[in-house]
Amino acid sequence: MLSIENLSIFYGEKQAVFNISSEYKDKSVTAIIGPSGCGKSTLLRSINRMNDFIPTCRVEGKVIFEGSDVYRPGTDVAKMRRQVGMVFQKPNPFPKSIYDNITWGPKVNGMKFNSDELVESSLKKAALWDEVKDRLKSSALALSGGQQQRLCIARAVAMSPKVILMDEPCSALDPRSTAKVEDLIGELKANYNIIIVTHNMQQAARVSDRTQFFLNGYLIEDNDTKTVFTKPSKKETEDYITGRFG
Amino acid sequence: MTRHQIDFYFRLLCKCSSYFALFVLALLLYHVIGQGYTWLDFQFLSSFPSRFPEKAGIKAAIFGSLYLVALTAMFAIPLGVGTALYLEEYASKNRFNRILQVSIANLAGMPSIIYGLLGMLVFGKFFMLEDSLLTGALTLALMALPVITISSQNSIQSVPSSLREAGYAVGALKYQVVFFQVLPAALPGIMTGIILSISRSLGETAPLIVVGALSYIAFVPESVMDPFTVLPVQIYNWTSRPKEEFHQLAAAGIIALLIVLFLLNSMAIYIRNRSSKWRL
Repeated sequence: MLSIENLSIFYGEKQAVFNISSEYKDKSVTAIIGPSGCGKSTLLRSINRMNDFIPTCRVEGKVIFEGSDVYRPGTDVAKMRRQVGMVFQKPNPFPKSIYDNITWGPKVNGMKFNSDELVESSLKKAALWDEVKDRLKSSALALSGGQQQRLCIARAVAMSPKVILMDEPCSALDPRSTAKVEDLIGELKANYNIIIVTHNMQQAARVSDRTQFFLNGYLIEDNDTKTVFTKPSKKETEDYITGRFG
Repeated sequence: MTRHQIDFYFRLLCKCSSYFALFVLALLLYHVIGQGYTWLDFQFLSSFPSRFPEKAGIKAAIFGSLYLVALTAMFAIPLGVGTALYLEEYASKNRFNRILQVSIANLAGMPSIIYGLLGMLVFGKFFMLEDSLLTGALTLALMALPVITISSQNSIQSVPSSLREAGYAVGALKYQVVFFQVLPAALPGIMTGIILSISRSLGETAPLIVVGALSYIAFVPESVMDPFTVLPVQIYNWTSRPKEEFHQLAAAGIIALLIVLFLLNSMAIYIRNRSSKWRL
């Protein structure tokens, strides 16, 4: 279980996210939608503290994962990140072999594992095994964009995370690759708590169980996906999903 | 002139610029090889200097140069790359670090003779290392540092932040991201800086004369505390003598220096290309 309490995020003087509270249940997909600059990526990246690398970024409130606040001083951030995996907007495999892309994370975390088994199971979970099983030792950068993104998902899955955060994972992919990744999200839902930021509303409607609509840093609407897309309770949500702005 | 004519002449102009350096190098090679090749034999490579040109050789200078460059690299590479990693990955952008950065840029432009004087005073006299191989290597390492640091910094800067994020996202610690992801990704660029500065070290003359490399050395240095001489200093020594045969010896020495330089560079470029095999 992952929950956030009264979360506000600032870049310098400017506030990007306003007092958000929410819960994200295991074995479900939550989509976060909203126009560019609404704070959805900022919120997502604050969950596994990827915002730490932006010097001006400041966070107030709590992100509670496994019963403790990830922002509490003394938190083992690396240990938390290994259970809260992340897939980025642009595929970013390591400039190493496909095989090493999977094993690097577990290795640097000192996990005990059988490399061959881990590589096979992770790639199978990411629906990539059949395409790459004969060239595991070749460069990950030789894969297509869609394959690279599934490799990044496999890399996250290899850490056996509880939560997988996806920051517009399909925005750099063509429609066929997008369809594959979306199918994959549907399968991964059985085991992980997935939160996906997307600017593609059809995608949110297709893959998610629950949808949150953000606007100007505020959480406007938060309900199960079907309700949000068929009977939105707020006018802003309706305007956005019907394409009147954004 | 029409647009298309300008296009043609601009291309021609750029082409001439690039051929100019090649032309000068060819001229130098022609002159040097013409003068020196008859002297370039086994006797020349395996003998120590002598006041009789037919007995003189560059054994001491070749070994001196190789040892010196190896020692210089041993000091300069870890320090230079370490400085670059600190400034790019760890240092906060405060006043002190900005001053540090500017100082490094200034050091890169300092005349080499000043490094020689500094080396003689600090390493030679103060640390009492005298006119040793170690004094020479530390002095040259000081000279190579800023170049290695600045080129490494540029290379580290060009590593995309998405790679760092990928590392952190799987729970890696900072040193693991820096050492196992950023450094290998930046290695080709870092190697280029190393090749450039180490090549310069091999050809460096003035600061080494100051730290005492211009002396009669009739043995191969056996420890880092031994006195030494190097190829460019030996060449300088021969060119300053009146006898014509010594000028031809100098030419032969230049050929030997160019060959050593070429071999070292090829080795470094081979390593660089191997290290970038995952890039496409």
